[in-house]
Amino acid sequence: MSLNSKQPGLHRFAVVTAFATLALIGVGGLVTSRGVGLAVPDWPNTNGYNMFFFPFSGWVGGVFYEHSHRLVAALVGLLTSALAIWLWISETRSKTRFLGVTIMVLALVLMGVRQMPIYLALAGLALAMMIVGLYLTFRQPGSLRWLGVAAFAAVVLQGVLGGLRVVWLKDQIGIFHAALAQLFFVMVCAIALFTSRWWASVRSLHRNTPADLNANGRAPAAHEPPVKSASSPQPSPPKGGEGEDFPIGRLWGAMRARSSGESLPRWLPRLLFATTLLIFFQLILGAAMRHQHAGLAIPDFPLAYGKLWPPMDAASVLRYNQHRLEVTDVNPITALQIGLQMVHRLVALAILAAVAFSAWAARRQTGAKSRLSRGVMLWLGLVCAQALLGAATIWSDKAADIATAHVLGGALSLALGGMLSLISYEKLRPVYPQKPVKAPRGLAAENMAPARQQAATPQFRPV
Amino acid sequence: MTKITAWLTAATLTVGVQCALAGDITGTITLKGTPPAEKDITPLKEDPNCGKLYTSMPTTRFYVVGPKGELGDVVVALQGIEGKSTGDSAPPAVLDQKACEYVPQIMAVQTGQKVVVKNSDQVLHNVHDLPTVAGNAEMNKAQLPGSPDLTFTLTKPEIFVKFKCDVHPWMFAWVSVFDHPYFAISGKDGTFKITNVPPGKYTIKAFHRKAGEATQQIEVKAGEPAKADFTLEAK
Repeated sequence: MSLNSKQPGLHRFAVVTAFATLALIGVGGLVTSRGVGLAVPDWPNTNGYNMFFFPFSGWVGGVFYEHSHRLVAALVGLLTSALAIWLWISETRSKTRFLGVTIMVLALVLMGVRQMPIYLALAGLALAMMIVGLYLTFRQPGSLRWLGVAAFAAVVLQGVLGGLRVVWLKDQIGIFHAALAQLFFVMVCAIALFTSRWWASVRSLHRNTPADLNANGRAPAAHEPPVKSASSPQPSPPKGGEGEDFPIGRLWGAMRARSSGESLPRWLPRLLFATTLLIFFQLILGAAMRHQHAGLAIPDFPLAYGKLWPPMDAASVLRYNQHRLEVTDVNPITALQIGLQMVHRLVALAILAAVAFSAWAARRQTGAKSRLSRGVMLWLGLVCAQALLGAATIWSDKAADIATAHVLGGALSLALGGMLSLISYEKLRPVYPQKPVKAPRGLAAENMAPARQQAATPQFRPV
Repeated sequence: MTKITAWLTAATLTVGVQCALAGDITGTITLKGTPPAEKDITPLKEDPNCGKLYTSMPTTRFYVVGPKGELGDVVVALQGIEGKSTGDSAPPAVLDQKACEYVPQIMAVQTGQKVVVKNSDQVLHNVHDLPTVAGNAEMNKAQLPGSPDLTFTLTKPEIFVKFKCDVHPWMFAWVSVFDHPYFAISGKDGTFKITNVPPGKYTIKAFHRKAGEATQQIEVKAGEPAKADFTLEAK
């Protein structure tokens, strides 16, 4: 077991990193909402200064937001690096530990060299490492270190993407930058979840098969290897494929598994996961809209230019542009942008319906007081608030603060959906009793096989 | 010495004859309909450095309209003329940053003509042009108070190349680029004048950022003024 439940400091650190990431997304949202993403034309310097020594007198206008974004990003980069190294150290020994830490520290040092070819090489390597890290997270049982590596690679890639957006002057990079920020936030939240004591307690319900219990009838500690028992027959956990000992590995396994019989219907976690994917798609749509720098493509809500579906022919678009006078985002709108916003509205409706249905289903299947049910209700509340913020963004003529709150609401909705998906897949697994039948004094543990087998028959927990 | 004098005389006569044969195009732009009300530039008034330069709330200036509908800030240019730019030898066009706004907001230059951007403010600006035609380079440069002028050169014809300041995201200017010198911008009274147009038949077009565009055919005769009035409509 390497979920680090024995290291509460690690969990707290992951939570701090997650909050710092949320703050970073907020500052990034302010940068785009105010249209000041290019207020500092150079990178990695800030107006010719090393960004850590940029004088306060220069923090004027849009520079204040953009430079703050860079500094918070640097902080999140350092926090993520420390988190990844901590995870790596806690799960490895000797040469593997040394090699992993050395590579990550070397990557940090190379970031400090501040040369474009090195940044580009690091970005390429980081993209590859992020994919490898996520893949190994699924494949390797009992490990969080590769999720840490994936988060580390993501933050390196994210930093370079942000810089390239500035020096290459490409809006498309900004859309990738925004989408990766959301994925990175989910990764950090997942690490915080997996390192929590609560997750360890949930997980131990599923782990303590007879084979996991030691002679004293207790589950092995975090650093102990699982007890091997060749003689006692074991009930089979759900067929989940490889990597099912690990949270995300089990998620993958549960997604592939077909047999069921537990009280939680298998479609419910799938619905939560699909809705989370829909939210991610919605966030990409939102990022694409924001990075057009065209302000509000449709100025009214709930109607669009006074109709359910606005005319999008050339004459109509010309008329819209004649009447929209923007203070900051002055690019003329196009039919494509109007279409994007209409799709954004329809997807928002679909998300609202999917989350409301999930809340109803979770309550019906697991009871109103189950953690999953309460979590999905919270999700529903968040998505409703997010829909209101979307409407308020339009009604306020895209006021920067409200638009930024809308960005934050999107990030929280995605992260909460991701965590609820993980929790629900975890709850699909059969539950084994925590306390096995005690063997009478003097009776060897291996002779207890029939009794243990009876005690260890999976009981699917009403969640 | 005699030969030089003869050449100079011949050149002067050629230019003189050309000017004598060339004509001017004048006209008035009128806006039909009621334009939307301009918006307050609240972020400008609230900015601690720029806001104190204003005693009242500054507003956008998309529609510069006179009492009788005279429309200013309209770019008028002949169409279909290529390779006639004298931009390389033309004096630079000056775009200034005053009181945290671009002055003028609408201007036009020839391809290859330098656009010199000044910073008359006591605050940091950055100057960022956003062309959309391939061959016109996008640049983004910071400009501290009192620092040297920045020079931009656009080499391809393009209508309304946006210049912006990202430090102060309400600051915009639009520079139109033509491959010839036959263009003008209408004043507040809606009038314009294109000078020294060689005789011939032309297509002349008026462009406004919001009100759209209009086209006419016009004939310029030697030594005679030609007139082209336009009406744009705010629908």
